[in-house]
Amino acid sequence: MPWLKMDSQRQEVGQFKARLWWALLFIVLVFVGLVSRLIYLQVIQHQHYVTQSDNNRQQLQAIAPTRGLIYDTNGILLAGNRASHSLTIVPERLVAGRKGIDPMLAELAEVVAIDQDDIKRFKRRLNQPRRPFSPVTLRFQLNPTEIAQITVNQHRLPGVRIVPELVRYYPMDAGFVHALGYVGRINDRELAKLDGINYSATHHVGKLGVERFYETELHGTVGHQTVETNARGKVLQVLERLEPVPGKDITLFLNAQLQQKAVTLLEGKRGAIVAIDPNTGGVLAMASAPSYGANQFVTGISNANYQALRNSDDLPLFNRALRGRYPPASTVKPVIALAGMDTGIIPRNYSLWDPGYYQLTEGGRFYRDWKEGGHGRVDMHKSIVESVDTYYYAIAHLMGNDPMTKYLAKFGFGQVTIADQPEATKAVLPTKQWKRINRSASWFPGDSLNLGIGQGFLSATPTQIASMTMVLANKGQWHQVRMIKEIDGQAVTKVSDIGRNDPKQPSDIKLKRNSDWNSLHKAMIDVMHGTKGTGRRSGANSSYKMAGKTGTAQVLGIKQDDTYDADKIAERFRDHGLYIGWAPVNNPKIAIAVIIENGGGGSSAAAPLARELFDLYVLDAKSQAQSLDKAEGS
Amino acid sequence: MADFQRSAPDAKRHLRQGPGLWVKLRLDPFLLVLIFAIMSFGLLVLYSGSGASEVAVQRQSIRYGLALLVVIFITQMNLRHVQRWIPLVYVAGLLLLLAVIFFGVGAKGAQRWLELPGLPRFQPSEMMKLVVPLMVSWYLASRPRPPSLTHVLVSVLLVATPVLLIAKQPDLGTALLVGSSGVFVIFFAGLLWRYLLAAIVIGAAGLPLLWMGMREYQKQRVLTFLDPESDPLGAGWNIIQSKIAIGSGGVNGKGWLQGTQSHLDFLPETHTDFIVAVLAEEFGLIGVCVLLALYFLVLLRGLVIAGSAAHPFDRMLAASLTLTFFVYVVVNIGMVSGLLPVVGVPLPLVSYGGTSAVTLMASLGLLMSIHARRPQRT
Repeated sequence: MPWLKMDSQRQEVGQFKARLWWALLFIVLVFVGLVSRLIYLQVIQHQHYVTQSDNNRQQLQAIAPTRGLIYDTNGILLAGNRASHSLTIVPERLVAGRKGIDPMLAELAEVVAIDQDDIKRFKRRLNQPRRPFSPVTLRFQLNPTEIAQITVNQHRLPGVRIVPELVRYYPMDAGFVHALGYVGRINDRELAKLDGINYSATHHVGKLGVERFYETELHGTVGHQTVETNARGKVLQVLERLEPVPGKDITLFLNAQLQQKAVTLLEGKRGAIVAIDPNTGGVLAMASAPSYGANQFVTGISNANYQALRNSDDLPLFNRALRGRYPPASTVKPVIALAGMDTGIIPRNYSLWDPGYYQLTEGGRFYRDWKEGGHGRVDMHKSIVESVDTYYYAIAHLMGNDPMTKYLAKFGFGQVTIADQPEATKAVLPTKQWKRINRSASWFPGDSLNLGIGQGFLSATPTQIASMTMVLANKGQWHQVRMIKEIDGQAVTKVSDIGRNDPKQPSDIKLKRNSDWNSLHKAMIDVMHGTKGTGRRSGANSSYKMAGKTGTAQVLGIKQDDTYDADKIAERFRDHGLYIGWAPVNNPKIAIAVIIENGGGGSSAAAPLARELFDLYVLDAKSQAQSLDKAEGS
Repeated sequence: MADFQRSAPDAKRHLRQGPGLWVKLRLDPFLLVLIFAIMSFGLLVLYSGSGASEVAVQRQSIRYGLALLVVIFITQMNLRHVQRWIPLVYVAGLLLLLAVIFFGVGAKGAQRWLELPGLPRFQPSEMMKLVVPLMVSWYLASRPRPPSLTHVLVSVLLVATPVLLIAKQPDLGTALLVGSSGVFVIFFAGLLWRYLLAAIVIGAAGLPLLWMGMREYQKQRVLTFLDPESDPLGAGWNIIQSKIAIGSGGVNGKGWLQGTQSHLDFLPETHTDFIVAVLAEEFGLIGVCVLLALYFLVLLRGLVIAGSAAHPFDRMLAASLTLTFFVYVVVNIGMVSGLLPVVGVPLPLVSYGGTSAVTLMASLGLLMSIHARRPQRT
């Protein structure tokens, strides 16, 4: 029946047309809605928006939070903020807009000193993404004369503004930069990583060290304000303000006095000093020499100055305390001796006759002791006190690689021991596997001999060596080595307290026989106070007792038949002098590692520096305690 | 009455003269005139919005030229022959969307583009704006109407799959357009009102459940999306500034090239998604109403074409394409004027950019092609 089909088709078309009418109704209603909205905005609210757009009087400005301060353990300011006036240009306010920038730069150059470097960096900043009407900095740190000159000429410099801001200031500058790091201008790469909103008013970010590690805490949270400005961008009235949350203040374990002393002691030398409080793991001093001024990096170092620093043979930019990889030499002998005793491979009363050399096989290569003719009969105690290489060649040969690297690892070798210095490296702990991978060779007996005296493939940073010293002083007890003491008055015992990852740290060392610690300590005390101790000259005439170990790292292999003559060898090939030690022995307050590059023997180049630091820290603490006692007694 | 009687025979005589030039070309003069008017107005605003850039205007003109070629190409195709390829193209489109998720390239945290060797970069989601309504129309055209529940559910699946893939990129604007184009087809297939009502009720009931199931940060994100002004330094900046631009334009506008908001760089994306703010600031309420009137005429013409189409496929497709065009207009202007949340939908035929212009013109080409094969009254 075709009419039925026709009918249903007609019915369907009718229904479809009904839907079209519904759609049209919907479209009309929505269009009426849109037009109403436009009428609301453009007619009813017109005046309101005219006010807002009138030269965009109302501006939303982000307010940078004040960066948290950094204090030393006694509350001395290490990193503060100071006002600095910058010369800026708001391109949108120039009469000719962006096209007016070059003429304006020429005009400004007549008023204040602007060099090509400034202009280059200004143009770079100009091309970075930024909020309209935000000023672009041309020069930092205007002096009062310059400020006055610009202000006087302001009428012919529309679009030019002097902006005061707080910038980082390091009162002690060069001496502390390797411990604190520094902040610098945010660069493109960092800009991509940072939270754009929280940093919308911030110009600086921690680049290195503590400043970098605690960036989140130090920075704070951005605030904002809506302001009414006149056509030239001058703020007339603040309409609404949300205060920024300032960054948290940080207190470090660093002792400014001790640090300053360490810096003075390193003057004119290349080397590093790291001091740790064995009771807490807090870093009391961290110095690396030569150094460089931190403040120049805050406002932007000139290219010439930077190149000079970069190209210097003495590598001032290099943080030796955290990144310098030195052979620890004889300073590891206590650990090697401990490995022998605790594993039971070397009997505790083991002794040998030292002729001044060691041979693996009859007629083989001579492994020389530092003392020609030898030390005679040597036991463990004497081997540490007089630093007898022959003894360690022998026990290293008996032990082989595994026991030595296992115990060195327990003392932090081959690992980053410090928690809050992002630049720290782990240096090299040469296990058999390490040698197979990195040298494509198996472990030879001769390698064990070199490892036994802390040379060969083994290397460690001064921070690692100081950590080892702390654990030795503590008889095996570890603390997290760290810069941070408190954040906003809250003690931080581990960086995981504030949500960071703790470094993998060895667990406390438990010996089979606890008395082995005592014999090690006794030997290390005799290094400083015994009649034949290698550090006796630095230990003499002291009112307190100290324990220590000297070390002398060969920079150049000495040929079999040569005798060592320091004068003949060019300065760069002279030995590195090392020293580790702690004081006072009955209640260790400070553990120190000193490394002087090409300084010669450790007993003469490094130990005397440590003694001065001990004296300053131990005696001063003692006198302070006494004066406290007196104060309480009276 | 008398007038009508006198003129009616004349009109018939006109028809008897045989097909005219436009019919031979298969183009629709009404739509063409409207398109040219909108484009010309758009170029005028674009010149101002791009900061008096002649290069931008030249490039956009070239794109318009290319898009017109696309229109002519599509109108010359025989829709009946094209129809059988639709399911294949739909499946290919889905595969390309999957490829985008795995191998896509993109910027600003969204993966939208596909780079196939030997081909220029393209956005598979863009072609789905046409493929999805074509597919659903094809599917429902060969089934009884009004569609049964099963057919409705299959159609919903056909729409939801590409929409979810696109939303995942994420590209909410395109997902919205693709989704609505499919839903419109189902509606025009005669979807029973009770199903529509049920869908709305289920949707409304599901929202609070979804809200309760979300985590705190997800809720926060949704809230910022719905109320960008709570985040004035971030997402809210654009909306605040575009409202100032529109509102300060007033009834008459500040005059061409005189908009302070756009020329002092307060307004973002002045030549793409936010171009209507430039228009409103410089040409005022009158300017926007002229544009809206042009759009309304396009929509009206689309509905007339849909109403006069003979085949169910043609009808549903024409109506859906027209309504999708409407969604473009409303979402864009609604967003820029602060009525709707910010999603990336361009202002049709005005916003700077090639891809969306080509897709839009292709859909207008389809409309013309449908118009060309309407039953000729003799």
